[in-house]
Amino acid sequence: MSFILAISVLCGVFAVLAGVLIVAEKFLVNYGVCKIDINAGERELEVDGGQTMLNALIGEEIFIPSACGGRGSCGYCKITVLSGGGPVLPTETPYLTRKEMRSGVRLACQVKIREDITIKIPEELLNVKLFSATVKSTITLTHDMKEILFELGEPTEISQQPGQYAQVQAPSPEGPVFRAYSISSPSYETNTVELIVRIVPGGIGSTYLHNLGVGDPVIFTGPYGEFRLNEDPATEIVCVGGGSGMAPMKNIIYTIYDRWPDRTCWLFFGCRTTDDVFYLEEFRRLAEKHPNFHVIYGLSDPLPEGNDWDGETGFIHISADKYLEPGINRQAFLCGPPPMIEAVTRVLEEKGIKPSDIFYDKF
Amino acid sequence: MNETSVLIIIIASIFTANILLSNFLGMCSFLACSRQLSTAIGLGIAVTFVLTGTTGLNYIIYYYLLKPIGVEFLSYIIFIAVIAAFVQFVEMFIEKFSPKLYYALGIFLPLITVNCAILGASLFMIIRKYSFIQSVGYGFGAGVGWAMAIILIAGLRKKMGYSNIPQPFQGVAITMIITGIMAMAFMGFAGMVTM
Repeated sequence: MSFILAISVLCGVFAVLAGVLIVAEKFLVNYGVCKIDINAGERELEVDGGQTMLNALIGEEIFIPSACGGRGSCGYCKITVLSGGGPVLPTETPYLTRKEMRSGVRLACQVKIREDITIKIPEELLNVKLFSATVKSTITLTHDMKEILFELGEPTEISQQPGQYAQVQAPSPEGPVFRAYSISSPSYETNTVELIVRIVPGGIGSTYLHNLGVGDPVIFTGPYGEFRLNEDPATEIVCVGGGSGMAPMKNIIYTIYDRWPDRTCWLFFGCRTTDDVFYLEEFRRLAEKHPNFHVIYGLSDPLPEGNDWDGETGFIHISADKYLEPGINRQAFLCGPPPMIEAVTRVLEEKGIKPSDIFYDKF
Repeated sequence: MNETSVLIIIIASIFTANILLSNFLGMCSFLACSRQLSTAIGLGIAVTFVLTGTTGLNYIIYYYLLKPIGVEFLSYIIFIAVIAAFVQFVEMFIEKFSPKLYYALGIFLPLITVNCAILGASLFMIIRKYSFIQSVGYGFGAGVGWAMAIILIAGLRKKMGYSNIPQPFQGVAITMIITGIMAMAFMGFAGMVTM
């Protein structure tokens, strides 16, 4: 009897509190319809007040990049707010430089719409599209990596550059969230998008993608990111990756050899053990066709007895140091864990590559 | 019934029985938000306000609802829910009527929900058998005491920015040591009033 009483008291109190909050919200947090002016009148939106700028823009099919799903932890959803929107919040300051703060840059996920707001967003973001696609194939690459190929449904074509990324919509208990993945299919394949996904235990996006089967529908937005490949074929390309950092590298390499069959390109790929190695055979075949393509895989863990590994051992920056001659005009793309990026950046700068020619993505 | 006068309770909860320095409650936000004087002041005001409000509310719920029915054991969970709802309500209220204060307090308002000093004050009020007036006075005093402690430590940390602190002590370590010294200093008030 006392249990029932306790539970009903508990429920009663919670219900009253919830009721008070709902009533309060209705009277206190009501902003009506607010206007958003984008790029000085290029587009004008009318949205319900009270929501965040990021959600309002996504609702209007303007896809601002966001990897964290609006929690203010990735810092990707930067927009310029020209008027309205209140001051910069403490949650944003870690992601903004002083210069950005002075010029009104904000994180769209932290800007709450309470009034009419004038914003500026990069032109290319207005070109980001929402794609619906189906899974064409999935290939298990290693114990924790999968290659997933999407066939585009609507729209049927994507125009992407190597190094750009897509945001896949994944279901979560709090509604759909977007997770960013680099596009690994070469840019000349316009009807498909391929991703390389490493499973993260408990990760929303990677778990969803790893469980997809052939024929399953998916929704993603893209392409995002500016990543300019040097168009001069005399410039050597150096790609250094680890783990799922393979995705942009694969795109870069195949795109390069489609356009410039004789261009020099180095691929340094770091793994722990032979179990983590993938695509090695494919790249070696590509290297036979294009003699200026050099593939170097390195294993960081000590080799077990009787192993027939014929690649490099030790961390990947040691291999890069060993193979690269100094003083050649190069552009470098790095994608991997922060310690790797730091070590490789140091090596590359010693080899005479300008910091402005080194592009990286830490994860 | 506790016979102590309200004024004594307020003064005692600020100085001699400071909820932070003698009970060490609310340490988390105390350490996290004491780097800048302005945020410390904002958080201090918000905590004082919420403490005063929630002790009063929780008093009414405990003595007029939970106790007559005999379900006092629910007090922990109900107090937490009341605190969370109160903070939400205050947030909406401030957002509507004083956007300036809302921006100044920013993320600190929701943070208060999980500040254990708030729950601590409600539980002390029950244990010490305070009356309604005494409870609200205690909540107010505890809030002012907490605010004073965090403002003092923020001032000290600001000054420490210019001192040469050995590397192992930098950051939270030196703050904990200073908090300890400050707590000892506050013990000097101990004989003044008791509650």
